[in-house]
Amino acid sequence: MTDRRRHHDMGGLDDGPVEISEHNSEPWEKRVDAIRSLLSDDKRQLLSVDELRRAIEDLGADAYDRYNYYERWMAAVSNILLQKNVLSVDELGRKMAEVEARQGNKPI
Amino acid sequence: MTARYTVGDDVRVRQAYPPGHCRTPYYCRGKSGVIVRYCGDFRNPEDLAYGTYDGPEVPMYRVQFNQTDMWPGYSGAPQDKVEVEIFEHWLVPASS
Repeated sequence: MTDRRRHHDMGGLDDGPVEISEHNSEPWEKRVDAIRSLLSDDKRQLLSVDELRRAIEDLGADAYDRYNYYERWMAAVSNILLQKNVLSVDELGRKMAEVEARQGNKPI
Repeated sequence: MTARYTVGDDVRVRQAYPPGHCRTPYYCRGKSGVIVRYCGDFRNPEDLAYGTYDGPEVPMYRVQFNQTDMWPGYSGAPQDKVEVEIFEHWLVPASS
């Protein structure tokens, strides 16, 4: 029988020991968190946590494994905003190039 | 929506594998358990996940399963349990 488990639905699979050490979030990660909160607030209502979760699940197995926690959030939020016509692909692409050029190799 | 089940009812999780977002873990689908708590009515994550924010609220329950039923070759104590919060539309009476 084909395995009908979706990639993210990992409950019960062996994945080694749990990493329990405390760590600080990077500034960009806090920013992603803030953007997510603002998009979901009463004024905007552009994003539910369920939509975020759905978009993360839909990233595909490769990206799901390769991205870290907030990279998944960022990719998912971007996809939802594109889908809802809040951003256009062109707008997002140009902005990313602009930020990259401004930033160079400096830490974000 | 009126809750269909009460504490103590034997239920089974539907064996369904929709392609979209749902909150019912894969590992408990098709398994039988018992209702141990009615958690209240909540908007359906399967609606919320696709941008429908004003869909109907649906009852959610905490369902208790035996670990030995859940995992093949479970080596823990035979009385070990696992509890999962499951929306009503994913449950059927265990007898059905």
